[in-house]
Amino acid sequence: MTERLASDPRIDGVDEIYAEIIDAHRGLDTEGSLRFNARLILLLINQIGDEATVREAIRAAREAETAG
Amino acid sequence: MASYDYPRYEYRPTPDASAASPVAHETVVVGAGPVGLAFALDMAQRGRRVLILDEDDTVSIGSRAICWSKRTLEIMDRLGLGDRLLGKGVLWNTGRVFFRDREIYDFDLLPETGHRMPAFINLQQYYFEEFAIDAVLAHPSIELRFKSRVTAIEPAADGVLVTVESPQGPYRIHAAWLIACDGARSGIRRQMGLEFRGKVFEDRFLITDVRMQADFPAERRFWFEPPFHNGQSALLHKQADDVWRIDLQLGWEADPEEERRPERVIPRLRAMLGENRPFEIEWISVYTFQCRRLERFRHGRVIFAGDAAHQVSPFGARGGNGGIQDTDNLAWKLALVQEGLAPESLLDSYDHERGPATDENILNSTRSTDFITPKGEASRAFRDAVLQLSERFPFARRFVNSGRLSVPAVYDGSPLNGPDRGGFPAAMRPGSPCADSPIRSGATEGWLLHHLGREFTLLLCPPEGVEPRVAAAEAAAAFAGSVPGVAVKTIGADTACDLIDHRGIATARYALAPGTAYLIRPDQHVAARWRRFDPEEARDALAKAIGRRAPREV
Repeated sequence: MTERLASDPRIDGVDEIYAEIIDAHRGLDTEGSLRFNARLILLLINQIGDEATVREAIRAAREAETAG
Repeated sequence: MASYDYPRYEYRPTPDASAASPVAHETVVVGAGPVGLAFALDMAQRGRRVLILDEDDTVSIGSRAICWSKRTLEIMDRLGLGDRLLGKGVLWNTGRVFFRDREIYDFDLLPETGHRMPAFINLQQYYFEEFAIDAVLAHPSIELRFKSRVTAIEPAADGVLVTVESPQGPYRIHAAWLIACDGARSGIRRQMGLEFRGKVFEDRFLITDVRMQADFPAERRFWFEPPFHNGQSALLHKQADDVWRIDLQLGWEADPEEERRPERVIPRLRAMLGENRPFEIEWISVYTFQCRRLERFRHGRVIFAGDAAHQVSPFGARGGNGGIQDTDNLAWKLALVQEGLAPESLLDSYDHERGPATDENILNSTRSTDFITPKGEASRAFRDAVLQLSERFPFARRFVNSGRLSVPAVYDGSPLNGPDRGGFPAAMRPGSPCADSPIRSGATEGWLLHHLGREFTLLLCPPEGVEPRVAAAEAAAAFAGSVPGVAVKTIGADTACDLIDHRGIATARYALAPGTAYLIRPDQHVAARWRRFDPEEARDALAKAIGRRAPREV
């Protein structure tokens, strides 16, 4: 169970945002994509501005890798 | 011409070498580096006799510790070397970080005024040692034997037997207490078979000292991937005598023998310093960095301090400064135990306090090294992402880690800490090193830290309507006959106080209000604090601070 992390939908234009992220990776090699993702994560972490939420997100993202 | 002439110290024959049986010494320090010397001076200032054994006959060779932190300077000031270090050292408060060809941010280490000591000075380790050796040789209670190498130690009744190899041949002495300050490759540690656990970072750094005339300001400059040193990082520090210290990252694949050759080093330095700037190389070495520690620093009558006890990577200047803080923590405790004024178990608190402090230093230095030398693609990507964002987005600059510079540990959770009663802010809580402040004593302008640290001190803000003299007498009566003694000093804006806080800085830093009392240890760390002085609680706090259990807790 999460305490702070939203699991219900919070934005409507999900297909557009998804497409924009994929687009933003276009032309980047693997290293460039890794850096892009890292920059995006850092900007979003700061935007969230709450360490506990960020920690929950890190845990949730990690757990999803093995959740199948 | 080299900028520094290494002194040669004379070996003076000792009658110990021809004694029929091992001569007894109370405290034997092994290693006359900054840590061993500071420890000996501290013990001597507390009235104890010390013998220092050093295998060499000169000071530290080459470029080693360079950045001495505010807390180290405060400790050395207490030991009488503050002015000499300040006079020779290069003062700096600013750090600047560059990424590729641009500066991404700068930082001010000590934005606050009202401290006697700056955030840092840079000074070659050999000067630090030379000044400390001068003080040691001038002190009647300290004997320093050069060219005296400890080759064996063995347990003995009430201490250890120490075999010393000297120009007079081998001889043995008995040490009631042996303090191992013999550095990262500690022979004492090896002889005792103690494990030195931790990790080595898979990277190599070229360390050079160059002498040159340069108009760069005295500040710490760190470059990530500068144009002059492709893909790697670089660090520049100004030291005394126009000597500059340069650290260049080489990577794990670099061949240390090859990289040490001047033909390899000179083009690297030219690229960094400019083709037309003349310089002389004073020192070249290639290092790998490690973070390791002993599990315990005290092993009965043998106690480890400084690099012999723990080793960190240099980013953050936590090696030498951490070692000096070890001695600050240990000396008053050992002196009290030797005088019979505290139980021997007080020395276990050296581990309880310096153990977590060491972990904090290792954690910070490991994180810096991981940022500078990222392991794996993901950590490299995050490192680069932080640097790419940091010019435009100030928030990202805080993620940049080119070294989290040494700050003294707060001994939170120490068994010596007493009560923290009365809704104080977290700053200056029990376990904290005392903050400095300008203070007047009579008509003399001075510094608060000069009035703390010889013994236990009760800083007392007189309660409303009570004469400072009367408040002091009441508090002193509470400690009458207590062992060890406590010096009571009243503090406040009232000119009748022992310590006149004429600028209100101490009042702000310590959140002083009428009635506030701080019990302060001989190492200038806070033991306990109250909003109202309570004689019984204060006596209990003193007992606790010297490792005796308070009677009411029994």
